[in-house]
This record gives sequence, C-alpha cells and structure tokens, in this order.
Amino acid sequence: MAADQGLAPTRSPSYLSTRPRARLALLLSVPLLWLVVMYLGSIAVMLVSAFWMVDDFTGAVVQTFTLDNIVRLFADPLYGTVALRTILVAAGVTLIDVVIAVPMALFMSKVASPRARVALLVAVTTPLWASYLVKAYAWRVVLAPNGPLAFVTGGHTPGYGLTATVITLAYLWLPYMIIPVYAGFDRVSDSLVEASFDLGANAWRTIRSVALPLVFPAIAAGSIFTFSLTLGDYIAVGIVGGKTQLLANVIYGQLVTANNQPFAAALSLIPLAAIVLYLFSMRRTGALENV
Amino acid sequence: MAVVLATALALSGCSPNGTPGTKQSAPPKETMASSVGSGEGQLNLIAWAGYAEDGSNDKTVDWVHPFETQTGCTVHTTYGATSDDMVQLMRTGQYDGVSASGDATLRLIYAGDVAPVNTQLVPNYTSISSFLKKGNWNSVNGQMYGIPHGWGANLLMYTPSTVSPAPTSWSAVFDDASKYAGKVTAYDSPIYIADAALYLKSSDPSLGITDPYSLTTKQLAAAVTLLKKQNASVGEYWSDYTKAVQAFESGTSVVGTTWQVIANLINSDAKVKVETVVPKEGVTGWSDTWMISSKSKHPNCMYKWMDYITSASVNAQVAEWFGEAPAQTLACAKTSDPNFCADYHATDEAYAAKIHYWTTPTKQCVDGKGDNCTSYTDWVNAWQQIRG
Repeated sequence: MAADQGLAPTRSPSYLSTRPRARLALLLSVPLLWLVVMYLGSIAVMLVSAFWMVDDFTGAVVQTFTLDNIVRLFADPLYGTVALRTILVAAGVTLIDVVIAVPMALFMSKVASPRARVALLVAVTTPLWASYLVKAYAWRVVLAPNGPLAFVTGGHTPGYGLTATVITLAYLWLPYMIIPVYAGFDRVSDSLVEASFDLGANAWRTIRSVALPLVFPAIAAGSIFTFSLTLGDYIAVGIVGGKTQLLANVIYGQLVTANNQPFAAALSLIPLAAIVLYLFSMRRTGALENV
Repeated sequence: MAVVLATALALSGCSPNGTPGTKQSAPPKETMASSVGSGEGQLNLIAWAGYAEDGSNDKTVDWVHPFETQTGCTVHTTYGATSDDMVQLMRTGQYDGVSASGDATLRLIYAGDVAPVNTQLVPNYTSISSFLKKGNWNSVNGQMYGIPHGWGANLLMYTPSTVSPAPTSWSAVFDDASKYAGKVTAYDSPIYIADAALYLKSSDPSLGITDPYSLTTKQLAAAVTLLKKQNASVGEYWSDYTKAVQAFESGTSVVGTTWQVIANLINSDAKVKVETVVPKEGVTGWSDTWMISSKSKHPNCMYKWMDYITSASVNAQVAEWFGEAPAQTLACAKTSDPNFCADYHATDEAYAAKIHYWTTPTKQCVDGKGDNCTSYTDWVNAWQQIRG
C-alpha cells in the first residue's frame, strides 16, 4: 500500500470520497440507530405501556388499552401532592445552584488569575470523581442530629427531611450548573465589558445589562440539568430525606414493590411532561438558540 | 405428577397451620423433581445478604466454598435488597433458587415462578422444626414449596437512656408515638401495615381483626389511619439494616421496629445501648424458605444446596452469622455459642407461635376466612398514601 502511494501519486478516489451520502450514512447510522431504536424506542414503549393494565392475580401485564392509569393520576390527590413537592424541590435546587454558580463562574472567568482559574475548575469538578452514594452519605453524616453541623452551630441542623434533600441535591448538581455558566461568561468578550465601562456604566450595571443577558442561555442550559436530574432522583431523598418521598420514589414503589409497570409508566409521564414544558418555556425565552 | 397432586390434596386436610375445610386456590402446575442426579456444575442463587457467605466479608465465614468442593456446583449469588426485589429477580427466570421470605413466597408460587419441592429428596428436611413445616406461607394445600431455613421476629427496639419507662407494648410507636416525636422509626415496606394491624387486633377489638395479613377494606383503612398518625412522629423509615444501625447510633431514631441482628450490631459497636422486647401484643416476623425456580437450569445443584444449607452445622453457621433462629433442630448442638438457640428461642414452639410470619396478603384471605380481603397491591397503594 505504502509502495503504491509512492509510485502512483494520483491514486483513484476511493468509493467514499466521491459519495458524500454514503459517507454520511456510514457516519450517522450507528448513532442514529441508537438514538431512534434504543433511546426513543424505549421511551415509546414506556408511553404505550402506560395504557396497559396488570392482572391482579398473576401480576402479569395485560396489553389491553385502558385509561384507568391516567384517570388514577388525577383522581388520587396523593400523586398531585407528590408531583408538586418534587417540582418545587427541583425549582429550589435550580435556584440555589444559580445563585451559587453565577458569582462563582463570573469570578472564575473574569477575575481569577489563570493559575487560580485552573485550580478552581479542578476544585469544582473534583467532586464528580467521587461516587454519588458517598457524597449523599457524607451529607447524611453532616446533617445528623449530633453531627458536625449541629456541633458547629450549637445544635442547629435541619435534620433529615425536605430541607436536607434540597441541600444535598443542590450540592450534587452544582458542577453541572457552574461549568456551562463559566463557559458562558468565558464567551463574553472583554471588549464588551470595557466598552460598557467606557460608556460610564458601573460594574453592577455592566453585569446586569451586558454580561447576564449574554450568559442567560448558559444558565438555562445548566438549569435543565439541575431541574431534570432532581425530578428523577430517588436515592438522595432516601438517604437524607427522612420520611419524605418524591415522585421517583412513588414510581419506584409502583414498579418494584407493586410490580405495576403500567401505572409506573403513567406516573413517569408527570416528570416527562414537566421537562417538556420546562424546555418549551426555555425556548420561548430564546435560551436554547445559542446553546 | 398426578400422584403428587393427589398426595398434596390428601395432605391438605391435616396441615398444622392450614385451616381445615377451606382449600386454597390451586397455583399453576409446575413439575416437581422426582430424583436428584449429579450436579450441573453451576448454581445461580438470589439470597438475603448473609445467607450465602463465601468468605469475602469475613475469611472465617464461608460455607459456599465447601459446598462447591463437595458438589462441584459453582455458586453465583445475587443479593436481593427486599422481598419485592427478589420477586422481580425470580421473574427473569435466570436463577435456580431464592431464599424467600413469607411476603414473597405466595407471590412466587401463584405466578408459577417456583416449583413444588419433593421433600423426600432433601434428607435434612425431616429434622427441621415441625412448626415451620406446611405453614400457610411456604405451602399450598399441604404441598411444600421450599425448605425452611431460619426465622426471626420483628422486635421493638429502644434506647433506654431516652425511652423510659421501658415500653412493653407497640403503643410506644403507635398511640404514644408523639412522646418521642421525630425519633420514631418504622420499617419502610407495605408489609409493615401488618404491625399496625397486629396492634389494632388487641387495642381495638371492635374491628374484628384475627390475622394481621387478612384485612378487609375497613380493617386496612383503620390500619392506614393509625399509620398516618404514626407518620407525624416518624423521623425516618428504614429498609436496609445498615441504615437502621446508623440511625440508632446517631440518635436519629430512639424507638421502633427492628431485627435481632440490628440490635446485636448496635450493642457490639457500643456507641449506644439498645434493648429489644417482644411487646405484649405479639410480633410479626419472617420465616425464610429456600425455593427452587420452575425454570431452573440446574435443579440438581439446587436440591443439593437446599439439603446442604439446612444441614446441622451449616444452618448453625448461617443462623449465627445472620442472627436468626435456625430451622434445623440439630443445628442447636453445632452453634459456637451454646446459648444461641436459647437466646433466639429456636426450638421454642410456644414462642414461635406468637410470631405472625410475613405472608403475602391476597384477595382470598390467607387465614382461609373468605375472599373479601385486601391484596398486596392494595397494601402497596395504602403504603404510598401513608408515606404521603
């Protein structure tokens, strides 16, 4: 082959280089297969199974169309209550992460020295190397009635419950907010900031009117992570949530404990709908166009 | 097969725990083994943590390797976290056997996931405590669906430094739970509803509860009301025993339901001291049974395992490691602690009779009193309501 190339500098074009469609098909077929068949396919199966039912006696899924599962979602106030609680927790976690991540990312990209910037990036991403469970259990220890937090504050600790869940999840998902927001601030050109100062704006006005509108898409991108990850979490709440349960716990209970896969599928339409609505509202603000 | 069924039906009349006269509905017909040949070389088990130790947790605790050497069956163990987990795993049909608790057994039997067991092929079965044989959680119409392995009670545990006077009744976690509001714990499973039902059986006789697993809609509603009231005082629920240990050691929980092994672990850590008591209303409990899958690819190895695990010395090892009463009566002579069986009341039939073993609630009442009972699905939904 190597000898061929040496002797024939004008080698004939290969099959793929003259057929861009074939090249594209080869390139995309595997990822597309995965996306459509495995990824969307499994969601489709789930959506369909929400309209099936379970035979009470044998526990087997019966593939007969019924709206019972959907009716039950609305008829029983329990599911509405838990769904609302879950969405509020997701919103709370997102808000906390935004409040922490924006100043942090601003400092990292605009104020810190290059060396400090690398150190901070490492510090932000290091927790991602540790296992989810280890971090959740660490918070369980921190928040214990006689744990370190109670010791430092003289007995003031939120204990296990919703507050502890929000704190733990906000901690767990923080890197997913900081990284996109940092990238967003990084893309805001320094010349824009300087121009703003030259036109007489102070630092606060510059951040509010120049930087924040430009990083808003990044914040939105981060919030999609924090929001959707919280909607699906059921482990952290089991560790630090005390007696509270979130939507994913109810889904897990129906799927594993009750062996009622159709109703579990119907329940998972709630977070799916919440995420779709959230994405649409983000799109309306124009946040998704620049991500 | 016909002979087996005929025998099974004939035996149903004289089963000690079954109710004579009422027949349980027949489960799907699964073939029962008639002989045990040589091992197939592999064995896939689903077990509670601690039931199939191979020395990886503690070098001295190993009864899997001797079994492998003895029979040539290589054991692959999958641990089930809960009974529900185990039922799910068994449904895949990829396992040969399971150490099922009574809240899983009937579900497995009626779904056709497990096969009846020919107890004549398990020599060690003869010396198993008689009160564990042909219970309504491990047999149907007198046909055994597994080999009893060990049992224990769900006790009331408390931290005496905080909880005084010492409780003698389950009212400590129900009607009087508000006394320790925020520090009460309960088992996070629908089957815990039976504990509330057991308490109501004596505290509110007008409800007419006779068996905590056979509840009518009205009785279930009363239990749910009680548990919702308890929920206000609960700090957290536990489902895995390590969380229960940690909760008591950190003071998050001071009173609640427990297993003997949890109390042993806490007292051996010695960070806090706990006491356990059998409250006057009686207790619920578990009785585990090794069952064979109806789709088992290695039935000979599974039969060998069922016989091996209930042999005197192995059953003694498991019982001591796990902290439960061994099913094998001869195991009591083999325990390293001579008082072990006495501590766990292993051969005490009167004590065992006070335990209401976990049983899967079914629409056809498990105590044989009719067919207007609430099913496990109703219990799961009720439990989600209680958790709120």
